[in-house]
Amino acid sequence: MSERLREKLNILADAAKYDVSCSSSGGNRKNDNKGLGNSHASGICHTYTEDGRCVSLLKILLTNHCIFDCAYCVSRKSNDITRAAFTVEEVVELTMNFYRRNYIEGLFLSSGIFKNADFTMERLLRVVKKLRLEERFNGYIHLKTIPGASEELIREAGMYADRMSINLEMPTESGLKLLAPEKTHQQVTQPLGFIKNQIVQFKEERKLIKSTPKFVSAGQSTQMVIGATPETDKEIMQTAALFYKDFSLKRVYYSGYIPISYDNRLPMIGSQPPLIRENRLYQTDWLMRFYGFHVNELLNDANPHLDIDIDPKLSWALRNLQHFPVDINVAAYKVILRIPGIGVTSAKKIVQARKFGKLRIDQLKKIGVAYNRAKYFIKCADSPYQLKDYQGSQIKSFIQAESQSKYLKYDTSQLILF
Amino acid sequence: MQNYVFDGSFEGLLSAVFNWFERKPGQVKLQTEAAFQPDAFMPCLHIVNEREKADRVWKGLQANLSKATLRKFYCTYLSELEEGYTALFEFACYLFTEGAAIENNYGNPYVLALSKIAKKVEREKHRMEAFIRFQHNADGIYYCGIDPDFNVLPLIATHFKNRYADQQWIIYDLKRDYGLFYDLSTVEEINIDFNQRQKTTGIANAIVSEKEGLYAVLWKDYFKSTNIQARKNTKLHVQHVPKRYWKYLTEKQFEPD
Ligand code: SF4
Repeated sequence: MSERLREKLNILADAAKYDVSCSSSGGNRKNDNKGLGNSHASGICHTYTEDGRCVSLLKILLTNHCIFDCAYCVSRKSNDITRAAFTVEEVVELTMNFYRRNYIEGLFLSSGIFKNADFTMERLLRVVKKLRLEERFNGYIHLKTIPGASEELIREAGMYADRMSINLEMPTESGLKLLAPEKTHQQVTQPLGFIKNQIVQFKEERKLIKSTPKFVSAGQSTQMVIGATPETDKEIMQTAALFYKDFSLKRVYYSGYIPISYDNRLPMIGSQPPLIRENRLYQTDWLMRFYGFHVNELLNDANPHLDIDIDPKLSWALRNLQHFPVDINVAAYKVILRIPGIGVTSAKKIVQARKFGKLRIDQLKKIGVAYNRAKYFIKCADSPYQLKDYQGSQIKSFIQAESQSKYLKYDTSQLILF
Repeated sequence: MQNYVFDGSFEGLLSAVFNWFERKPGQVKLQTEAAFQPDAFMPCLHIVNEREKADRVWKGLQANLSKATLRKFYCTYLSELEEGYTALFEFACYLFTEGAAIENNYGNPYVLALSKIAKKVEREKHRMEAFIRFQHNADGIYYCGIDPDFNVLPLIATHFKNRYADQQWIIYDLKRDYGLFYDLSTVEEINIDFNQRQKTTGIANAIVSEKEGLYAVLWKDYFKSTNIQARKNTKLHVQHVPKRYWKYLTEKQFEPD
């Protein structure tokens, strides 16, 4: 019995691992029924894989049987692999027992499509219902919506899940058509739109009737696979920006494609996943969400790709030297945020600390500013009298020379890919 | 310059602050008894703990500081670091001398030190919330032993109480030799006599319940299955999960297959 369970877990965890849109942040489910668990707004990463990704949820597929044949997916119909399926009880028991031992923050449940969308969605729904109603489980639950499932099922699942997501997979419609001819972006936008509207509606009702349940309280997210098809970074981030706006997504995830197939439409098996590019996309995403950048400032027709050798904020600054130097002691918070080498935390500290007197270089360093990077872009109380008028390319080479030793310490195996 | 020596307790620390204001002795150096090295040329005052005076200082801090800074103050104390005690003492003296909102003046070394040390303590608190692995013992209690760098048990009690409201658990600080026991209604401090039990961080304990082995194995399997070989990055892994915590982690215990 336990041997079979082990085997299933190995197969169905392995098949789920390529989905990156999995973090437990954003939940706020209180344990007020004397049951088990709660979830925090910040989430907890209980451990990290050997590749350094956080493991906070039990991330599994209900099954890797699938009637579809998407080229980028290990579970695709034509792939010759061992198939397995959990029962509803097995998923519930694993979740409860892992949670009780503090291994996980909750469950991330996705599934291949057996029979049809509704049949599959209905089982996912049974899992969450059992967890919430019978086991009184208040941990985090993230459900993958099955494309094509009926609105009633999606709606009911949303009453029990903290987050729902549905993957865009390929950043452009043409990319998707190429690899998954049966799928369209519209199949994704439709449920995203439906869930968004439900969230709004439930919120409105809660204002009037306090007892209205929360609906997908941690919002929804989506994922795009990067590097399987030839989209530019500009296309990717514009799609992301549009989806943030249209569907009030909490997160967009970017997953560097890991070759798993000999299909000649896709990068060869053995070629390295585009890890640095993926990282640059996340940095761009952060700049859009927390630093007040508009996507067109970072990526546009003149710059359709992100620099691989420097981060997007530095890259923007070098292209826009007319905005610098910024006087740390008078500039608005928003302007300070745009200075390379200054993050949200140090920007906030600067604004607080300068009320007590003009800030000097040594204080900036102590506050946590990466001064060697920032110095080309700022003025403070004891800045050298006259800053030389450097070109962007000169500043870039100074900064790179400064940080060279730091970069050399990194695994070079990742850097030579590009 | 004069030495102030206190017993390392919170009350002692606050008493020292009170004493300084009573006597205004100029610059002093605060140390714990444990760290104190007598110096023939420097006069030395042993701080007497006085509950009432300590309370007054604490009230003063509460009245003048935001909740966030108060929390930093407490966390810095729990660091048990000598430089942390110094920073707290100097910070409190600076605050009461100025009598004004200085808590965000990060240009001041002690304000900054508080912020930095508290951050380290909060990080370890967060790590303990993440890295504790309960083991279900035959007596029905979920147990875990830890030995954190800082004294974080007081900071994690509420988290575990709220989260595991329907199971009995013990989290034991093996280094400081005290623990928390939740009995389904309240959390109490306990001391365990380890003559009876093996002193352990929780893994490979002889008195585990029957099913325990199965879930440990399933969790280890799961941990292996989630890894993507093509993305392996050991440096990043160790940065997130420092080696000193590995002994707590079920997924890091490998027996011969
Ligand atoms: S429908 Fe989903 S599970 Fe099935 S092949 Fe496509 S991506 Fe994979």
